Amino acid sequence: MRPTQKMNLFQSVTSALDNTLASDPTAVIFGEDVAFGGVFRCTVGLRDKYGKDRVFNTPLCEQGIVGFGIGAAVAGATAIAEIQFADYIYPAFDQIVNEAAKYRYRSGNLFDCGNLTIRAPWGCVGHGSLYHSQSPEAFFAHCPGIKVVIPRSPVQAKGLLLACIADQNPCIFFEPKILYRAAVEQVPVEPYTIPLSQAEILQEGSDVTLVAWGTQIHVMREVANMAQEKLGVSCELIDLQTILPWDTETVCKSVVKTGRLLISHEAPITGGFAAEISSTVQEECFLNLEAPISRVCGYDTPFPHIFEPFYIPDKWKCFEAIKKMINY
Amino acid sequence: CQHKTALSSRRVAAAVVSARTYADFTTEATFEIKKCDIHKLDEAPATQVVMTREEGLQYYRTMQTIRRMELKADQLYKQKIIRGFCHLYDGQEACAVGIEAGINLTDHLITAYRAHGYTYTRGGTVKEIMAELTGRRGGIAKGKGGSMHMYTKHFYGGNGIVGAQVPLGAGVALACKYLGNNELCVSLYGDGAANQGQIFETYNMAALWKLPAIFICENNRYGMGTSVERAAASTDYYKRGDFIPGLRVDGMDVLCVREATKFAADHCRSGKGPMLMELQTYRYHGHSMSDPGVSYRTREEIQEVRGKSDPISMLKDRMLSNNMASIEELKEIDVAVRKEIEDAAQFATTDPEPPLEELCNHIFYNNPALEVRGTNPWTKLKSVS
Repeated sequence: MRPTQKMNLFQSVTSALDNTLASDPTAVIFGEDVAFGGVFRCTVGLRDKYGKDRVFNTPLCEQGIVGFGIGAAVAGATAIAEIQFADYIYPAFDQIVNEAAKYRYRSGNLFDCGNLTIRAPWGCVGHGSLYHSQSPEAFFAHCPGIKVVIPRSPVQAKGLLLACIADQNPCIFFEPKILYRAAVEQVPVEPYTIPLSQAEILQEGSDVTLVAWGTQIHVMREVANMAQEKLGVSCELIDLQTILPWDTETVCKSVVKTGRLLISHEAPITGGFAAEISSTVQEECFLNLEAPISRVCGYDTPFPHIFEPFYIPDKWKCFEAIKKMINY
Repeated sequence: CQHKTALSSRRVAAAVVSARTYADFTTEATFEIKKCDIHKLDEAPATQVVMTREEGLQYYRTMQTIRRMELKADQLYKQKIIRGFCHLYDGQEACAVGIEAGINLTDHLITAYRAHGYTYTRGGTVKEIMAELTGRRGGIAKGKGGSMHMYTKHFYGGNGIVGAQVPLGAGVALACKYLGNNELCVSLYGDGAANQGQIFETYNMAALWKLPAIFICENNRYGMGTSVERAAASTDYYKRGDFIPGLRVDGMDVLCVREATKFAADHCRSGKGPMLMELQTYRYHGHSMSDPGVSYRTREEIQEVRGKSDPISMLKDRMLSNNMASIEELKEIDVAVRKEIEDAAQFATTDPEPPLEELCNHIFYNNPALEVRGTNPWTKLKSVS
């Protein structure tokens, strides 16, 4: 048994970064306020341990941060850039989509920025309102050349983050901010990786497939229990983990078995990633479907200020969806 | 009853005192203010300025209202009646009040998220502002924006993304020039935002097209927790417009800010193009309510600024020492302000929240009403504009 330590999500991120800085002399961490430990404490202690030339603050310039990160990665450094909130990633959108994602392709494999990993806090937090709650994975899912990964728990976070850092492609790692303190697990102290592009089946079932990622997994777990208790419905719960490229095989295999699929995410429903999953699954599993694929997502509005409890796809809305699918 | 009599007699006495010495107050006085540092300019704003008694009282009342409003917001936040993000403006009142004194209400203004003070000076009422903080339907943005998204006519917010408001401000300035209405647009940003790329893009456009834009950097020495020395290669923010003339202004002195703003406004209105102002100011609170504000600066520093450079105290001393008002009069203003804030807080706490239908309203401007897809296929809300 490898030695483990009780860690919450931000501590597991710190542990992953600590392992990286220890084993990889080219690794550098930079972003706004990372030096003192970061606004979510993800980089606490790293500057003292590894020096100010390896863990340093950038000024307030997201486009600059990512552009700079791409350059550092191309030159050979393992560059780990932090964007303070996923909501602020848009000034860097051009750099990510037009530069980072296309570097290898356009240079015929001569150059690449595979050493780049971008980390950003993601998702609703109860009081974040328009600009501290967004889930922008769908914008990046549309961009071949980058990988998008979202963990659900400390153990997953550390393993997936280390996998992203090791992966020879530019990766965006979204960390569910509401889980930073709330999720606590026994996390292995030594480095380990969890494979990317592999969805994980958390619970096997026979009637409905539930697909989600990040915070929503915990909501779906409750929904699965409710469905079992109140409807006698057995749910198979899948954590997608990697949004791009996503594990189509696991999801389709599951839907072939159950015949029903419910996908849920906080981001707005139109053009959200559930749409991509839904489309692919109906292509692959059309004849196996017992009911239309259900998506329970956020409303097509900006993430609201006071209406958050109504906006988010909570367990009751998901439960309703399951009921409707079962009775189709 | 005894208490009441004492109170009312004091008030009568105060009224009598005021009435008696009203004619004895100086109606206006000349003050010596700090000279501004200039960049690519031949002359600086005046250092001898005149302030009338009315102006002084108005500035005092406005600054005191902003100060008390922010402190009330602090209190309500700690009581969890205001939630989410709250960036308080106390300490910086001279900037908002001074700028407004240098421009007209028909001019335009845009700032970032530390916006409560500007919402007030641009015409919002304390009631509407506080109700917006608590997210109620009486709020200035119907409760849908919160602390960072408040608007009034000719005040474009209230913006969360750092630096994003500056190109917008240039666009508003372009509209002013195009429409030939002799109006201008003031675009504010902080010392942290001064390092954003889009600010420099904006400088270029504004100068190239000679837009009537005043860019103002409110330098309160800290971008969140990062001091300016650690964030900027050059802390001479008034020079960073390079080809745009600049002024460095004492942002704690409302008269300094007013003169500089007037100077800049004249420059813009005469068609000479944009101007850049750096207001050296200070915030007493941390960056937001989740920042204690003492991990990156000392309590001594905060106390020192409060003691030596507080904008309200400075104005008060000036008025008292020049016999422009009496202590009682100013105290009366304080009492009236306190009451206004209390009433507003009461309203903000008791006003109902916006109805659920508001969730989907005003996403688009549309006719007929749009159906908004909800969290599941059979829930649709109507969006009305």
